[in-house]
Amino acid sequence: MRPLSRPLLVLLLVIVALLVAFPQLAERYYVQLATKMMIMGIFAMSLDLLVGYTRLVSLGHAAFFGLAGYALAVLQRDLGLVSLWTTLPLTLGICALVALLVGALAIRTSGIYFIMVTLAIAQMLYYFANDTRALGGSDGMFIGAKPSAEVFGLELFDLKNRVTFYYFALGALVASFFLARMVLASLFGRVIDAIRCNEPRTRALGFTTWRYKLAMFAIAGMLAGLAGYIGAAQDGIVNPAYLSWHQSGQALVIVILGGMGTLYGPVVGAFVLIALEDVAAGITEHWLLFIGVFVIAVVLLLPRGIASLPIVEMLGRLRRGGTPPPRPIPEAGDD
Amino acid sequence: MDVSTFLVQSLNSVQYGFLLFLVASGLTLIFGILGVINLAHGSFFMIGAYLAHWLALKTGNLFVAIALGLPLSFLLGLAVERLAIGFLYARDHLYQVLLTYGLILIFNELQRILWGNDVHGVPTPAALSASIPLTEAQSYPVYRFFISLACLGVAAAMYLVINRTKLGMLIRAGASNREMVELLGFGVKRLYAVVFALGAALTAFAGMLSAPVNSVYPGMGEHVLIISFVVVVIGGLGSIQGAFVGAMLIGFVDTFGKVFLPEAASLSVYAFMAAVLLWRPQGLFGVRPA
Repeated sequence: MRPLSRPLLVLLLVIVALLVAFPQLAERYYVQLATKMMIMGIFAMSLDLLVGYTRLVSLGHAAFFGLAGYALAVLQRDLGLVSLWTTLPLTLGICALVALLVGALAIRTSGIYFIMVTLAIAQMLYYFANDTRALGGSDGMFIGAKPSAEVFGLELFDLKNRVTFYYFALGALVASFFLARMVLASLFGRVIDAIRCNEPRTRALGFTTWRYKLAMFAIAGMLAGLAGYIGAAQDGIVNPAYLSWHQSGQALVIVILGGMGTLYGPVVGAFVLIALEDVAAGITEHWLLFIGVFVIAVVLLLPRGIASLPIVEMLGRLRRGGTPPPRPIPEAGDD
Repeated sequence: MDVSTFLVQSLNSVQYGFLLFLVASGLTLIFGILGVINLAHGSFFMIGAYLAHWLALKTGNLFVAIALGLPLSFLLGLAVERLAIGFLYARDHLYQVLLTYGLILIFNELQRILWGNDVHGVPTPAALSASIPLTEAQSYPVYRFFISLACLGVAAAMYLVINRTKLGMLIRAGASNREMVELLGFGVKRLYAVVFALGAALTAFAGMLSAPVNSVYPGMGEHVLIISFVVVVIGGLGSIQGAFVGAMLIGFVDTFGKVFLPEAASLSVYAFMAAVLLWRPQGLFGVRPA
């Protein structure tokens, strides 16, 4: 994890400042849309930890996004927990635990098998939610109340307010970004870096690489759970679509669109893709056709995403050291 | 469970297994030779089913529909290979996943534009609409026998083509060493296009055959895609033999899972996959990656 270049840091700070000012300027609809974008940003960022930094291409990341939504709904309905301070840690804990289980199975495979196994496991959860009456079947479950942020009778902030909710999502996004950077900058992150570059060599150096990959899988699952928690709380409902593989596919598209292995790229990608979807959906009922063409165009024309556009690359290079950015994934198949 | 129920369920398992084999063998063939993971593979199943529905409506005969639909889907496969898949051979799997995901979105929308969101039934051909009585209460539809026989025929033809013809020789050679085949002066590009189109046509054929049994609906390709992923993971990627064994196993696990554990029916297949993965991460017939 190299430090952010100063111009890039300034750019990111400007973006955050704009996001802070946004609710004062925009209509309600756009505040909600921007909240959705930030949630997707967290989700895509968590996937970037796997795809961009660990070289684990997961096509089942929505499993943890949806799991968090269902966890929130069940905690609220069956255990009567409404406080943010209990439901959020519990939800994240559940996501991390399930991610450990799923990861333990999936990490036994690699490359293309990993893609298929993660997809299959996510799909299993999808059908489970879809077929289980206690979880509302295909209708999903309502989340009656927004999590309350009360501490000893004192309400710190009110998530029922849309603008407050927006700031809550923004805070979660910024916190996730720094948390992820912290993880990647740590000793643990260096090993992850080494695994991405050359796993056999890292193993030869004496690291039990699967443990590191598994830990990263759990961290990414937990972060995806944070996104799912906020997403379900915003929507007030969670349904099998949260777990669907279109959700996973969309996140993967966002990661590539923004530029994998950058953390901020996927966030930018989330804003761009969701804005595009919103515009396209306003024009035609068959907007997915355009998204499909757009996805193919990105793969063929901009495989390293927005973060690889000359202007962003330039910002990234203008810094003290001036070393070129590392490339996360070399262009070759690993069968 | 009495004997006749067991027999009916076994026949259903075999029939479902055969259909899965057609889909999964296309997937595994494309991966084994082209090195491409094709998420849009399920879309060809859907396209096959819709072609069967549409052409059977126009011509009034499912067999004519299949005879017309097969070359159509082969051509469509050629077109998709030329316009999209062809750019992916040297690229990372990640990009293959994304591009073919984009293809799915396009195919799904085109299906909605052309045929709408309704579920359509496809009538069973009159010649095969009878049932064979097994006991007083149970009988077995002839059409399902026909599906199994047709699939068996295709599987046998595939075996002969791959093991006895020059094309098959090239396919086998291409699967084990692409560069060498190219160096020996064979048009690998054309081979790839043909293999991709064959895989697409096989899957579309499965879609056409199953249309009268399962009806035709939006999004039907995705379920098939994911199940055939499970088949391929179990059998071992790139192995036709593995695809056959995997498909039969999944056919039985799915069918009998529904009988014995109806409440967990949708999970049984995945639980089975998990068990196989714990035992052999590379699949039953897969080669352990170096």
